[in-house]
Amino acid sequence: MPEKQIVLRNCGIIDPKRIATYLERDGFKALKKAKDEITPDGVIAEIKASGLRGRGGAGFPCGLKWELARKSPGDRKYVICNADEGEVGTFKDRYILERDPFTLVEAMAIAGYAIGSNKGYIYLRGEYHYLIDLLTNAINQTKELGFLQHFDIDIYEGAGAYVCGEESALMDSIEGKRGEVRYRPPFPPTKGLWEEPTIINNVETLMNIPQIILNGAQWFSQLGTERSKGTKVFSVAGDVKRPGVYELVLGSHLRELVEGLALAERIKMVQIGGATGRVIPYEMIDTPLAFETILGAGAITVFGEDRDIIDTIYRTMEFLAEESCGKCTPCREGTEVMLEILGRFSRGEGAEKDIKILQELSSVMMLASLCGLGQAAPNPVMDSLQYFRSAYNNRMRKEIKAGVMR
Amino acid sequence: MRKKEKTLDQSKGQRDLLVILKEAEDKFGYLSGKCLTEIAESLGLSISEVYGVATFYSFFSTKPQGKHIIRICKSLPCFLKSNQTIIEFVKKELGIRPGETTPDGKFSFQLTNCIGACDGAPAMMINNDVFTDLNPGKISKILRSCK
Repeated sequence: MPEKQIVLRNCGIIDPKRIATYLERDGFKALKKAKDEITPDGVIAEIKASGLRGRGGAGFPCGLKWELARKSPGDRKYVICNADEGEVGTFKDRYILERDPFTLVEAMAIAGYAIGSNKGYIYLRGEYHYLIDLLTNAINQTKELGFLQHFDIDIYEGAGAYVCGEESALMDSIEGKRGEVRYRPPFPPTKGLWEEPTIINNVETLMNIPQIILNGAQWFSQLGTERSKGTKVFSVAGDVKRPGVYELVLGSHLRELVEGLALAERIKMVQIGGATGRVIPYEMIDTPLAFETILGAGAITVFGEDRDIIDTIYRTMEFLAEESCGKCTPCREGTEVMLEILGRFSRGEGAEKDIKILQELSSVMMLASLCGLGQAAPNPVMDSLQYFRSAYNNRMRKEIKAGVMR
Repeated sequence: MRKKEKTLDQSKGQRDLLVILKEAEDKFGYLSGKCLTEIAESLGLSISEVYGVATFYSFFSTKPQGKHIIRICKSLPCFLKSNQTIIEFVKKELGIRPGETTPDGKFSFQLTNCIGACDGAPAMMINNDVFTDLNPGKISKILRSCK
């Protein structure tokens, strides 16, 4: 399936500092169309019919999220754009914000109109502080042209915490607290920021909205697979000749992305979706990229033939153990224990029983963790055990292999 | 009713906490115990609560930091592009290890998780600026330009 630009259509074409160049590319026509010709319910119906699903990794249907928020009682509702892109190997949102901040502003205004909110926040990760001026400028220029009369957007800056990309931790962070995950239900569309109905959408999800409004749900839903409509933007890095950001129709094969576009050679494995994503061997390079198969937030890290799998998984777990917010036990303790065990394997001191502990721990973490971090933290471990078991076997202590306890 | 009012006040104070901590960090270079106590008092929050927030986020520090905070990305995409060479070079150049500050207070050196610059790996930040496609020669120049 081909490359297609919906999300990136303005990137490199408009001047991100000048709204006039955005207007030339149908800028704010979708917002005008929504407000003049469609009711808020109609906008939501269109988004639902398009099949657009969240691009931050979880893939929740966007229209349904909006509908829940619209129907929730409350005078104050909030639209939050999640620009806390912290997943290892992801930089697509940075790329988008740098090149086309206006589409995001327009999309947030449409979201506000649809759910009945007059306040939006862009939660920008602290590492992207250098984007604040550009975003502020885009918001101000939009205001000056009168497109934000009933909707106000503030930028809220994070301070270096991966878990704040998780929606409930993100809201706690905006509320001035430690970015710890909340118990759910209630979900944000019912009780979100300051306990008011709130929608939280990834940058990339929102970038699709104006085009769907302008071209219609049917135009969008004819792209992609049965349960994955539209395109996906991927950040490709690691052992490739052309690292960068690529947008492909959903359902495109991984091979096309990493070999065809990013020019990778002699691949051993690919990590899809960052630290909490999946690890797949080269033999599965023809896997389609879609919600039905493997997707995540679009981080694609390629590992060449001479890379050490155990070291990779160890480093991944080190990241997760550091970034666990610490609120729930399965994640806080589970990531630490996994790290300890993986450390043994990386020193060549692993044991058969360690594998069993990893497997048992995995199922507990997947079942009992409060949020996606803990639930998905075992993914790379389990995948590598499935596809690269010999790498673990080679790092077992000889006498332990024979069944002698230490 | 009184109790309800108090709760509301507190949430209003809490709301500003992260922003105020950030301003203080920018102004003083770190968050001292005295500073955290004053912030807690002015917002009507407990000291433990303020300390809890200040120590949760990696961009806040409760120890004095150098004028230039170097954060080298240690995540996998940078690791695959030999970030170890960069880390070793900075160690040697500054004579300090990650987590330390030079005696003259000019540089602090930290390792950080993915900064979203993987297409320019290996990458690092100095304060709010990002530097990509690093090599020892390039870093040498960058460090010399820090005054």
